Amino acid sequence: MSDAATLANEKKSEHKGLEKVTFEILRYNPETNREPVLKAYEVPLKKGLTVLDGLLWLKENVDGTLSWRSSCRMGVCGSCGMFINGKPRLACNNQVVHLESAKIQIKPLPNFSIVRDLVPDLEGFFDKHRSVKPYLIRRELEELNHPTNEYFQSQSELIDYIQFAYCIKCGLCLSACPTVATDVNYTGPQALAQAWRYLSDSRDEGAKDRENEVYASHGVFRCHFAGECSEVCPKGVDPAFAIQLLKQDTFLKKLGMRRDRPGKAVAPKVENWTPKKEIPKAPERTVK
Amino acid sequence: MRESTLWVLHIFAGAIILVLLGLHMFIMHLDEVLGVLGIGYSEPIASESVFARSEQAFFMVTYILLLGAALYHGLYGFRNMLFELTLPKAAETFINWSFTLVGLGLFAFGTYAAIFVFAAKFAKEI
Repeated sequence: MSDAATLANEKKSEHKGLEKVTFEILRYNPETNREPVLKAYEVPLKKGLTVLDGLLWLKENVDGTLSWRSSCRMGVCGSCGMFINGKPRLACNNQVVHLESAKIQIKPLPNFSIVRDLVPDLEGFFDKHRSVKPYLIRRELEELNHPTNEYFQSQSELIDYIQFAYCIKCGLCLSACPTVATDVNYTGPQALAQAWRYLSDSRDEGAKDRENEVYASHGVFRCHFAGECSEVCPKGVDPAFAIQLLKQDTFLKKLGMRRDRPGKAVAPKVENWTPKKEIPKAPERTVK
Repeated sequence: MRESTLWVLHIFAGAIILVLLGLHMFIMHLDEVLGVLGIGYSEPIASESVFARSEQAFFMVTYILLLGAALYHGLYGFRNMLFELTLPKAAETFINWSFTLVGLGLFAFGTYAAIFVFAAKFAKEI
């Protein structure tokens, strides 16, 4: 018996008496397997156990070769996207008891090729994201290269796009999208939602720069509004809504009822400013 | 952006179909209701009724409009269905051109038929 297996057997005895749940995981090693195979494992059930916790326990105690991506374990990095009990979810923010099943089936995200086990190939996903130029585009290079102050933005202008800025690039939306399943050239809900995030940002001037990708023949118009992307998004981004807003935007612009607007100006510097008396002075900087 | 223009036209064609097809269905299948209202034709699908409608400018124009809208809406939709099968660029170009030519051809044929029947009324009068 290998060292890893001996260690696993010793540690298993610590969980006697606890309830167990079955984790059925799709295993695939391209170097040794011709096809992916479902393999069942028993995981002791503890209060608050998430799917990620279960995978970590399995890796530590049963099979050290089990592979997946994870990082923050708190639903902000987007690394641990998996197909769990028939739906794309983040492994870290889904507790086993909330899945209401004694068997947790875990597969890699659909609509992506598999690198190994639960690790999807996200290269194409990030290529599509890059293609919509997901950054603020401004015309005046002098300010961009030598910034003097922040670009002014009011609270209502922030609210216009903030929900779409919550995207953590987890890929769950592309997994759920039926158009992505059939059309590999489709830009996808994540990239399109991010295109809208920047198009609706009052500081952005890049509408023309993104046109070729967003309004291409495999762009926003291939969306059939299934809504599955919004259904699975763990951060409430609502990419389906963003896509509808993109369509509305181009519709209104074609009819001449909306124009591309210039980006917001740099906020004016406040001169001769004195704080209120009751506000204490900030301590001196420790780094000069 | 060309694709945006095509899509906006698709939306307008859909709206036109909604109105004109609705009108067409009403005339063809709710003729008894129209009769109660004192308008319409008896036996709307009888050849005399068809020719009588076709000889009126209103119906000639709406038939041509409906034909154009339906052809555009249908062919653009079918073209998108095929595009989503992830075809090579050459195939997409072929589909664009062939659908355009077929659509224009059918539209020309249908328009010719509509105008011919309308114009035949004047030939009869002469």
